[in-house]
Amino acid sequence: MELQNIIAQLPYTPPFLFVDELLHVDENGISGTYTFQEDLAFYKGHFKDNPVTPGVILTETMAQIGMVCLGIYLLGNELKKDTVVAFTSADMQFLKPVYPNEKVTVSSKKLFFRFGKLKCEAIMKNEAGQEVCKGTIAGMITTKL
Amino acid sequence: MNKQELILKLKAIIKPYTTNTEAFDNLTEETDFINDLNINSANLVDIVLDIEETFDVVIDNVDMERMLDVKTAVAIIETKLAAK
Repeated sequence: MELQNIIAQLPYTPPFLFVDELLHVDENGISGTYTFQEDLAFYKGHFKDNPVTPGVILTETMAQIGMVCLGIYLLGNELKKDTVVAFTSADMQFLKPVYPNEKVTVSSKKLFFRFGKLKCEAIMKNEAGQEVCKGTIAGMITTKL
Repeated sequence: MNKQELILKLKAIIKPYTTNTEAFDNLTEETDFINDLNINSANLVDIVLDIEETFDVVIDNVDMERMLDVKTAVAIIETKLAAK
């Protein structure tokens, strides 16, 4: 499956699409990038006059690149119209702040994908190569919940 | 391993995944994982993976779909253990 084709099949659209580019994917993992443009709406409120990317948005970015994109690749031809994605758990550490206009790279390793549940270990790095966020994420990618 | 021992082992596996302590404390063979113990489908997968590890068995998709209550889980584990 082409990397661009994976992004085209994501069930998200702006302002809630947090994947710009996928760099690599195989059976065991995936990596991709996203740039947090300064005009994203949440920066107005998080925080007042001091924009910092919220941890929940970092977590969502990790999940979209590291779990959903990988899940779409792993499902391949089994991906159907009624396939649903549900984020089911995250255990995340936030190590450094991410400011507007920063570009981050997420890489994720599959821990298991069984019975529709995909669990991954993911790391987010900034452009300086520093880890900003890491943890495990899991979700269901299935036609039935 | 008799059925009571098996249920005790199964109970230990289930414990971290349930939020309904009352239903868990009163667990019987009729207890339903989703409706009684508030376990979601993602945690049900974790329970089945823990069952595989604890009992050293392999659960397939057909068994997974049936594994919705204590009684069926025990029956599936007993069948797998007997086939070893």
